[in-house]
Amino acid sequence: MSGHKHPSYLKIYFTLLILFIVSVLGPEMAHVLGLEGVPRALLVLSTAFGIAIWKAYLVCAYFMHLKVEKIYAPYILLACLSLLFVFFFGTATDAMFANGHNWVKKYSEDEALAEVIARDEHHEDDHGHSESHDDSHNEERSH
Amino acid sequence: MAHQIVATGRSRTGIPTGRLAVWWIIGSEIVIFGGLIATYLLNRFNHGPSWSAEAAHTNTFIGAANTFWLLTSSLFVVFAHAASERQDAKKTRMWIWLTIMLGGFFMGFKSYEYVTEILHGYTIFTSNFWSFYYLATGLHGFHVLCGMVIMAIIAENDIKNERNWHRVENIGLYWHFVDIVWIFLFPLMYIAK
Repeated sequence: MSGHKHPSYLKIYFTLLILFIVSVLGPEMAHVLGLEGVPRALLVLSTAFGIAIWKAYLVCAYFMHLKVEKIYAPYILLACLSLLFVFFFGTATDAMFANGHNWVKKYSEDEALAEVIARDEHHEDDHGHSESHDDSHNEERSH
Repeated sequence: MAHQIVATGRSRTGIPTGRLAVWWIIGSEIVIFGGLIATYLLNRFNHGPSWSAEAAHTNTFIGAANTFWLLTSSLFVVFAHAASERQDAKKTRMWIWLTIMLGGFFMGFKSYEYVTEILHGYTIFTSNFWSFYYLATGLHGFHVLCGMVIMAIIAENDIKNERNWHRVENIGLYWHFVDIVWIFLFPLMYIAK
C-alpha cells in the first residue's frame, strides 16, 4: 500500500484515546447517577460497546489501511464474520433454551448467584478489609 | 543455491502474497475470537446476575492501563510501517522495539493481574465466568507474546540487514488485530459489571 497518502496517525490516536476515556466514564456515570434497568443498559451499551465498535472501525480503516486496501481484503474479513454468525446462530438457538428434545439444562441461575455471594462473604470473612492489596477488589465488589 | 521467492504477488487480487496471507490469518482469528466473544455474550444474557457478580471482581484500572498500552503500541507500529516505507532502518527498528516494549508492559500488567486474582482464589476452575476470563484473556495474551517475538525477529533479522521491508506492514496488521480483540474484551470483562 505504499504510494497512498497516510492519514494523520496522531489525530486517529487521540480520537481513540478520547473514545477510550468515554467508554470508561459512561458506565461509571451510570453507577454514579444510580441508573437502573433500561436507561442503565442503554448508557452502558452505547458507551462501552458502541464505542468499542467505533474504535475498531478507526483502527481497521486507518491503522490497517482497509480504506485504501484492495477490495478482496474486506471481502475476506466479511466472509469470515458471516461464517461466525452462521456458527453462532446455529448453536445459540439451542443454548438459549433450558430444555429440548431429550435434554434438560441442569443449571439454576439463583443457585449460581447464591454460590457467588456465599463465596464472596466467606472470602471477606477470611481476609477482612485490612489487607491493602484488597482495597481495589473490595471496592469493585461493592459495585 | 540461495532460496528464490517466486510468488511475491497475487495477480488476481493485486495484494502481495505475504499481506494476503495475513488477511486470511486475521479472517480465521475473527472466527476464533468472535466465537469466544459471542459465547460470552450468550452466557451474559442467559446468566446475567451471577456473571455480573463475578465480573465485579476484575480490576478495571489494570484493564484500562492495558488498553492504553495496546492503543499506543498500535500507533507505534504504524510509525514503524511509515518508516519502513521510507526504508529508514534505524527508525523502523526503534518503533518496532518501542511497540515490543509496550507489549511487554501489557504482559507485565496481565501477569500481575493473574497472580492477584489467583491469590484471591479466582482460578480457571472457580466458575464458568472465570474459565471464560482466563481462556479469552490467556489466548489474547498468547497472541500478544507471539506478536512480540515475531516483531523482534523482523527487527533483528530483516530490518537490521535492510531487507524484507514489507514484513513490517504484515506484522503491523496482525498487531492491530490483536489490539481490536482487546478493544472488545475490555468492555466485556472490565466495564460492563
